[in-house]
Amino acid sequence: MASIICTTITLILVAIAMVVTANVNYVTKSMEEELTVVVYAKKETTEEQLKTIENKIRNMSEVEEVVFKSKEEWRAEMMSYSETLEVTLDYLENNPLLDSYIVKVREVDNLAKVAKEIRTLEGIESANYGEGMVEEIISVFDIIKMATIVIVIALVIVTAFLISNTIKLTIFSRRSEIEIMRLVGSSNISIKMPFVIEGFLLGIIGSLVPIGLCIYGYILMYEKLGGSISFSAIELIKPMPFVMYISLALLLIGSLVGMFGSSRAVRKYLKV
Amino acid sequence: MKFIQIKNCYKVYKNGVTAIADLTLDINKGEFVFVIGSSGSGKSTLIKMLYREEKPTKGIVEIGGINVGKLRNRTVFRLRRKLGIVFQDFKLLPKLTVYENVAFALECLGLRGKEIKPRVVEALEHVGLKEKLRCFPSELSGGEQQRVCIARAIVNDPKLLICDEPTGNLDPKTSKEIMDVLDDINKKLGTTIIMATHDKEIVNRMKKRVIVLDNGILAQDVVKGSYKASESI
Repeated sequence: MASIICTTITLILVAIAMVVTANVNYVTKSMEEELTVVVYAKKETTEEQLKTIENKIRNMSEVEEVVFKSKEEWRAEMMSYSETLEVTLDYLENNPLLDSYIVKVREVDNLAKVAKEIRTLEGIESANYGEGMVEEIISVFDIIKMATIVIVIALVIVTAFLISNTIKLTIFSRRSEIEIMRLVGSSNISIKMPFVIEGFLLGIIGSLVPIGLCIYGYILMYEKLGGSISFSAIELIKPMPFVMYISLALLLIGSLVGMFGSSRAVRKYLKV
Repeated sequence: MKFIQIKNCYKVYKNGVTAIADLTLDINKGEFVFVIGSSGSGKSTLIKMLYREEKPTKGIVEIGGINVGKLRNRTVFRLRRKLGIVFQDFKLLPKLTVYENVAFALECLGLRGKEIKPRVVEALEHVGLKEKLRCFPSELSGGEQQRVCIARAIVNDPKLLICDEPTGNLDPKTSKEIMDVLDDINKKLGTTIIMATHDKEIVNRMKKRVIVLDNGILAQDVVKGSYKASESI
């Protein structure tokens, strides 16, 4: 019983840490996807040149997607922002804006490299990706990711030891039985098996409450918050099938840790 | 025919105590041997080395061709299945009945219910406890519990029965009954028996081979010995 409660509590912590980790990963990933290189072509570039530039960018290995945005499109978009802008742009006969490309990269880490490469092309005015700030954001994301993963791993290890120790206590009361089994000629494996199965079942029973909490808790939280935190700046992962994955992971962790823990605990009594 | 061979065997415990020193001993098949000596003479250590509860520090302990000292933890059960062990404190499982306790030894060998039943009944017949099949150990007297322990030890037809002071907790009359049972097993089944004991009376009466240990050294080995012969030590 003690080991079930112990498993339950630590698995709840593991579940919370996993939910947080997964969401942090999700958020950072979706934010990373927003990161692009904005490329402006020189004013005098002809349409043909624009096409070659687009193809050249598209052929770069790190580039995922290139979207062309002409100066007319820019103009229309800017004019819709405010009336002052509309009036100003209307007043100008020539469109002062530049043709541009919005370039998406496969790996955010390659943003700088891609931007640099694009700058070397002919007919490019500038290629920017928010230097400085992007690097900072990425490094912060990396730290957060690492931290949450470390927390999950640490919790799993702590669970394993806690379960192992609680099972050790229960096995202590059965050590005479183990001793007799050994003296009578049971093989170590056949002595160990029942305990390992017991640990397995303990782990599964112990993971039931955390699984229930995780499924209902997360769905409830998701609905209460409407799918995002702080005015939809941070989007949450949709509950289905996310909670199912978490539950499966909890079940696996619980049963494996239970098995490992009890086999570790019996081992002590199987020596001479 | 040599069944047990002990050659230049030493046992030194981690705390530095030498329990057995340079022991060389042969025991033949079907023999009944008493191991005697004062407390701390090393007889318990010798017995424990025979069923590989302790490993010899140096030298060879061989039983029926198995080098006991070289057995790994994982394979000790192969030796134990060929032995029967009787303890001073019985070591019965309190939650199992007499029948279940004896059957336990066979279940450990992987036998099925049908094969187990006749053998358990036969073993309990040998020790004269057939009527108490369904009793729990707590309902039995000390002598009866020891007989259950003997039944459990012989149920797998061992070639060797190791007894560690089996009469240590019993009164003289009950001790005699137990010794009769063991003698009977030795004669009828031809089982080799090694018994460590303190009990003068038993040793003197049975007139068996007596091995006397003193501070871990073989002091005497007499074919039809008695306690008196060793009183000089």
